[in-house]
Amino acid sequence: MPELIKSSKVKTITRVNDFIIKFANVNGSGSASANKLFVKSVFRMGIPVSPNNIFPSNIQGLPTWYEVRISDAGYLGRREGIDFMVAMNEQTVNKDIASVVPGGYVLYDSSKALSADLIRDDVQYLGIPLKDICLREFDNPAQRQLFKNIVYVGAMSAFLNIDFRILTSMVGEQFRGKEKLILPNIHALELGHQYAKENFSCPLDLRLKAGNKTKNKILIDGNTAIGLGCVYGGATIAAWYPITPSTSAVDSFGKYCKRLRIDPGTGKKKYAIIQAEDELAAIGIAIGAGWNGARAFTATSGPGISLMQEFLGLAYFAEVPLVIFNIQRVGPSTGMPTRTQQGDLLACAYASHGDTKHVLLFPSSPTECFEFAARAFDIADRLQSPVIVMSDLELGMNEQVCDPLNWDDKHEYDRGKVLNASQLEEIEKFGRYLDVDGDGITYRTYPGTHPDLGSYFTRGSSHNPYAAYTEDGDVYADMMDRLALKLQTALKYIPEPEVSGGGKNKLGLMYFGSTSMAIQEVRDSLNKKGIKFDTLRVRAFPFHPAVGEFVERHELTYVIEQNRDAQLKSLLKIECNANHEKMQSILSYNGVLVSAQRIEQEILNSMQSLENSGEIPA
Amino acid sequence: MSYISKPKFQHPQLETNELGLTRRDYEGSFTTLCAGCGHDSISAAIIQATAEMSLQPHRVAKISGIGCSSKIPAYFLSKSHSFNSVHGRMPSVATGANLANKELHYLGISGDGDSASIGLGQFCHIVRRRINMLYIIANNGTYGLTKGQLSATADLGSKTKFGEESRFDNIDMATLAIELGASFVARSFSGDKKQLIPLIQAGLTHKGFAFIDIVSPCVTFNNTDASAQGYKNTWENYVSLSEIDFVPMREEITTSYDAGKEKEITLHDGSVIRLHKTGMNYDPYDKENALHHINQHKKHGKIATGLLYINQSTSDYHELQDTADKPFNTLTQHDLCPGSEVMSDINDTFR
Repeated sequence: MPELIKSSKVKTITRVNDFIIKFANVNGSGSASANKLFVKSVFRMGIPVSPNNIFPSNIQGLPTWYEVRISDAGYLGRREGIDFMVAMNEQTVNKDIASVVPGGYVLYDSSKALSADLIRDDVQYLGIPLKDICLREFDNPAQRQLFKNIVYVGAMSAFLNIDFRILTSMVGEQFRGKEKLILPNIHALELGHQYAKENFSCPLDLRLKAGNKTKNKILIDGNTAIGLGCVYGGATIAAWYPITPSTSAVDSFGKYCKRLRIDPGTGKKKYAIIQAEDELAAIGIAIGAGWNGARAFTATSGPGISLMQEFLGLAYFAEVPLVIFNIQRVGPSTGMPTRTQQGDLLACAYASHGDTKHVLLFPSSPTECFEFAARAFDIADRLQSPVIVMSDLELGMNEQVCDPLNWDDKHEYDRGKVLNASQLEEIEKFGRYLDVDGDGITYRTYPGTHPDLGSYFTRGSSHNPYAAYTEDGDVYADMMDRLALKLQTALKYIPEPEVSGGGKNKLGLMYFGSTSMAIQEVRDSLNKKGIKFDTLRVRAFPFHPAVGEFVERHELTYVIEQNRDAQLKSLLKIECNANHEKMQSILSYNGVLVSAQRIEQEILNSMQSLENSGEIPA
Repeated sequence: MSYISKPKFQHPQLETNELGLTRRDYEGSFTTLCAGCGHDSISAAIIQATAEMSLQPHRVAKISGIGCSSKIPAYFLSKSHSFNSVHGRMPSVATGANLANKELHYLGISGDGDSASIGLGQFCHIVRRRINMLYIIANNGTYGLTKGQLSATADLGSKTKFGEESRFDNIDMATLAIELGASFVARSFSGDKKQLIPLIQAGLTHKGFAFIDIVSPCVTFNNTDASAQGYKNTWENYVSLSEIDFVPMREEITTSYDAGKEKEITLHDGSVIRLHKTGMNYDPYDKENALHHINQHKKHGKIATGLLYINQSTSDYHELQDTADKPFNTLTQHDLCPGSEVMSDINDTFR
């Protein structure tokens, strides 16, 4: 293959710390850990890096891609165009090579010649005989397969100028306790590195340069952070039914509980994880536990949310604290289970029959996944109502460079209005649903508190302030009004929106959750073109007044969301009476994170057409 | 008749139990069920059972689903917390409640629609999970609240009040519970207080999953001669395995145990179940035999009742999962939150 390389007169891309690498693999071939090794080594070199796993709903044999953005500017969103393709999958190699930008690179296994139709004259081919090297160097059939991945990472370290010591030290950390695996892994890295150096001019024009931009940052995915947030937030019970992409949130909770929640005296567990028979049971268990005074949660995705509707209504109406993590994926129905979407806003905001409304939290980074997870338990206990943390596959399952997770030791859990035995003796008469404080939140008791006082009958049927069954329409209406008031009171406890831009601009940009990753890039790029705007990141539902005011204050607000039906915009209309003429949607629902370029282009197009029609000054 | 509040009056000579409480302290509000409903007899049996065994009312949590049966927790133990949840989902709510605090007594009340149809999945899984509770099904073979449809426990060939005949085999909840690993399985009849009360007492004391399927006739919709769960059929075909006594641990055992005529089953806390008469020849520890016994009776149109199966040596969910000694709902932030120093170490693992 070196002939091919030598004859090539491609004018290659010259760029440092700003490019996209895509790994095209077959799922189940062991590529994931090798690719992660690559990403973490970039991170450790102090360079912002953002991986994105595009995987099939399958165990073995189907195509999977791992797209890695390296950006000195710290842009974490997706960018169109692939600069460097690691083409390891014969099923997709046609499309993969075609997707590389002119001047880009293709790393491939040159043990077998590339067919003529795959040869482009505007990209640089980097052939490494991965299969041959592994056959020669390793005896074990599994290693011969797995180490192909490690060999290409070794080669890339030469191509891109990755500090080799970082790679070797990471292998050491990864296999601590399994020392026998360290040497062969390092050997595989060296084989790739050596081959690249000997056969190509390394490093390439596309390369990395160590920096300090990831100092004080961590590289973590949202679901891992949610699991930790549940540990820190005092959850003792997780009840769930396995569903992609929420599974790793519960896995993370379990992993850290094993480490942090074992009673030192007895060796017993201060937690229980119960894999339920379905999502109905999962939420039922969480509700039973919440009713009985323990902090409990369930984690799920769209189909699970659909199944949980009836119980959500019960928790709302009977006023039981409950935390749900909805790691959204593409719906409707089974949809695309391994792709991302923000499509459950309406299904969650008003989940269940009758008049209901639920608190939603929208984290936009792993740091916030941790913070909101822990905080959700305080909010649920305070409001005695379900709190749904709305993450998505993009945020949940991809590692992101973000601020470290932060726990303030001064923070005390807010267990809400719970009466103990002596408090029950002091008050005149206990009414479970009696609004003593006028904020819509009433006092509750845990079962077993007092021999004579404080027991009550919890029910999903209509009840009076003393928890007795009633069919009196006025009493029912009062109860519903109080529940509405409670959701107003919620504003005191839920995160406020994040506003920036000074508020003087005519244009506004509203967004939430994972699309936040694209915003800084959009802002910088449009600013360069002289277009300035204010931004508002929604962090919770019900909306604070600032959200509606933002739309009111701006001539035009672009509302960015990843669903077809503009669900956030619909909520703004319903809840804030926001003027729909002052809002314009930017929607993306193809299952991958919306890119900054796409947002920018839509804004530019829209401004152009408004300018043409004379509706808004440019 | 819930619009009439119960008078507070009580007879001054009303008997008190070890806690100094009278039967009145174990009652609930007036029933709203039909006059003569079997379920009211179950409520009365629960009141008497808990009062006699001096259970602290507030240490019981009552959990139910939806249906006539699931309304009855309102009619007993008003000093206990109660949770009337959603249809067929009592098992999951009870599981969660039990996980949160293992120190309370859990009394699950369900019906045949609630447990054998909409909630059959949850029923199976709570049995599997060995939740420490007493699970009662008030089984009348019909959907009362929706006015008389057949339920899945209605026997093949039984007819509704409206003449509709069941063309399908019934689901036998007792054999199902035994198959799935319940460690205390009994069947009884709401009309047989003598048998039912000691079974409830034993079921509440038993550590692990205890289940009682109680035939409880629906006087309004399913009390015809053609219905298997009607009073007539039940009285005629009711076969009681044994006479049964429950002797709580605290009580001094005064009557002597007659080895030839009685069988004693000692529960984990030292309480004793005594089986008399026919029970002598029945081995309640033998799962296969229990299933055979139930099925043989069924084949001849009979209803086998009594303590059908018991295994006192199984572990409950908390033991199987090795959960902490203190109930989860008493663990504090200090017990649960690892704090900022540990956080800083965790952050380092993501660099």
